[in-house]
Amino acid sequence: MEKYSAFGLLRHALSGHRRWPQVWRSAELKPNYDAVVIGGGGHGLATAYYLAKEHGITNVAVLEKGWLGGGNTGRNTAVSRSNYFYPESTRFFEHSLKRFETMGRDLNYNIMFTQGGVLSLAFSRHEMEIFRRWATAIQVQGVDCRVMGREEVSEAVPLLNMSPHARYRVYGGFMQQRGGISRHDAVAWAYARAASSLGVDIIQNCEVTGLNISDGAVRGVQTTLGTIRTSKLAMAVAGHSSVVAGMAGIKLPIVSQCLQAMVSEPIKPCFDHVVMSPQVHCYVSQSDRGELVIGGGADTHPSYGQRGNLPTTESVLNAVTEMYPAFSRLKLMRQWGGIVDITPDASPIVSKTPVNGFYISAGWGTGGYKAIPAGGETLAYTMAHDRAHPLVEPFSLARFAQGRLVDESAAAGVAH
Amino acid sequence: MIRIECPWCGLRSESEFTCGGQSHIVRPENPAEVSDEIWAEYLYQRENPRGLHRERWRHTYGCRQWFNVIRDTVTHEILAVYHMTDSAPEVSGGRE
Repeated sequence: MEKYSAFGLLRHALSGHRRWPQVWRSAELKPNYDAVVIGGGGHGLATAYYLAKEHGITNVAVLEKGWLGGGNTGRNTAVSRSNYFYPESTRFFEHSLKRFETMGRDLNYNIMFTQGGVLSLAFSRHEMEIFRRWATAIQVQGVDCRVMGREEVSEAVPLLNMSPHARYRVYGGFMQQRGGISRHDAVAWAYARAASSLGVDIIQNCEVTGLNISDGAVRGVQTTLGTIRTSKLAMAVAGHSSVVAGMAGIKLPIVSQCLQAMVSEPIKPCFDHVVMSPQVHCYVSQSDRGELVIGGGADTHPSYGQRGNLPTTESVLNAVTEMYPAFSRLKLMRQWGGIVDITPDASPIVSKTPVNGFYISAGWGTGGYKAIPAGGETLAYTMAHDRAHPLVEPFSLARFAQGRLVDESAAAGVAH
Repeated sequence: MIRIECPWCGLRSESEFTCGGQSHIVRPENPAEVSDEIWAEYLYQRENPRGLHRERWRHTYGCRQWFNVIRDTVTHEILAVYHMTDSAPEVSGGRE
């Protein structure tokens, strides 16, 4: 693997950029692997990387039915933050945020992580009270978080409609300054490159069609490119979690829904933070290219159609133009949808299953992108040791029958 | 935009309705006697198919009545609409 550096960039510039090596190997599918990961998104690739790096398991395949990062990894709004309510969540997502902070150096790949801050807005006195409680919960866990009044918010987001008669009257908010946005493709490519250089085979255009299970243990995987033998199998397939788990006879507490996002035409820098509002379900940031990246709530019915329905688009854009009247003049350039796997408590499932050697990473719902590093690290640990990583012990599949839900949706008013 | 045939009001736009999720979920008869696993299955586990889904909808901004729908979760095409207490009809087409 060629080390990327400023010097290397100069050297390649002198040769007209014709001699850049392949970023990852084009691998042929082998009949045997020590471990197989289904899903070549951020989570699957990170899992393979940590299996090889931390646990010395290098005979690993990542199976992707489309192209790398072509699912939710390339369809999200690229926000990282760790401002959750419960300690279980904060511990996990703070670990993940720290991984994002060092990912560029760790993987020798520029993921363009910009920590411009994530600001949540409150639109009522009561919401402001809940925010103070929420912010305190974050602070006592040692995570940065600052409550801001109306004036401070106004200074931080000059384009926000601060009229006392605004449809959504701003009462204040709180900011996690270390939150921010990164380049989502780069995260997938960085893990793919690092995993591939450690010996991991990345197989694209390879769809899993069935699982070979006997005596309650994984024996192999059937794919469109042939059958593979393995005794350790993990799935990180987001919206299709119920489909793949169903191949192992496991029914999940998950409903798949479409989460859409959109970008405007590019404009000059005018928006420094990621600004979200849990109540109105709209959030906005500005990408390095100048586009405003807009997201909102998930479509309101189960769906595997990766496109998004018009009523949700309208309600998100309605909120955006109410909050930022100046944006009403912008053209929308693109709109897209990804299928997210939502659990009853809006917390993930990283877990062993009743089938020996079968591990799942699912239920990331509307917030999987920010979890990529820690999700991969903990799933790899769980596979290597056949025991849950301490960070994901609270997120077992068994928690639903035990009544130990980590109810982030109710407590933290989870935005995305 | 999905167009839904409310059995009481006729064809209306999706924005008038609320989706209530999977239909035909049966509550265990003796909650106190069933295991935690079976109770959790009733509360939380869902079919979540990629294809035909039997689900409940309510005409929230119309007659406010609940009814059942069979819908393809990939194309969003609706293949049947039937009353709350009816069992699901056989349908052809879709992905199942």
